[in-house]
Amino acid sequence: MIEQDWIWGFVGGLVIGTAGAVYLLINGRIMGASGIVGGLIDGTGMRTMWERVAFIAGVILAPIPLYPLYKSVDTHITGNLVAIVAAGLLVGIGTRMANGCTSGHGVCGMSRLSLRGIVATVFYILAGGMTMVIFKHVLGVI
Amino acid sequence: MRNLFAFISGALFGGGLFISGMTDTAKVQGWLDVFGDWDPTLAFVMGGAMIPMAIAWWFTQGRKPALGGDFPERPEPKIGRNLVVGSVLFGMGWGLVGLCPGPSLASLSYGGPGHWLFVAAMIAGMIAAVPLRRMLPAT
Repeated sequence: MIEQDWIWGFVGGLVIGTAGAVYLLINGRIMGASGIVGGLIDGTGMRTMWERVAFIAGVILAPIPLYPLYKSVDTHITGNLVAIVAAGLLVGIGTRMANGCTSGHGVCGMSRLSLRGIVATVFYILAGGMTMVIFKHVLGVI
Repeated sequence: MRNLFAFISGALFGGGLFISGMTDTAKVQGWLDVFGDWDPTLAFVMGGAMIPMAIAWWFTQGRKPALGGDFPERPEPKIGRNLVVGSVLFGMGWGLVGLCPGPSLASLSYGGPGHWLFVAAMIAGMIAAVPLRRMLPAT
């Protein structure tokens, strides 16, 4: 049911925001997924390596005990491997160039009315929407 | 202590992404696809997430983080080419498959090989971004 999806979306959103609040108020850091991962990859975040590893472990492990709540956990990911690789590369390069993704610029940035967060969010949503138009409606490949 | 709370925060983040349905690529693409069968869920997730986060930002005023250090400074409101170009590239990838960095990690345990491939490609992209970031001025 669509209505239920909204409610679960909102409840999940509150939990995501609480996660960001914990990371900010207790650890003093901005909860941005691409930054936390990226800092481990390019070495800029090695001073806080274990904090990052612990965060990532939490993200990966938390859904496991929640499976029984749901009848199916299908993510409907495309079977097009070229699209997956291209998308992964674009997300990796783009988020590191822009210094943030949906969590860092979107959730954490916009909630403090950061101009950079708002501008980034506008551009990635527009680009995502345009991509849907081109690849789904014009080319029909996704 | 820092690691414990980082783990708790990560667990809340991963659990929240799972509950909200944001690891379902059809919901994300459904939200971006305004000309299709539009799915509003993502807006509710974003709205829900902003509430505790906005309260947290307000609470930082005149305080220090519980485990010491300082709160992150407000970045200069400079809009550079990297921010715009990077966000456009990210948005294209986000739309193409319906995954962004947070949900791609949260879905690793149940999403299957497609999700592992995405995360591997994302990490490769982050490695490729290192020389790119060095070449471009930090704007």
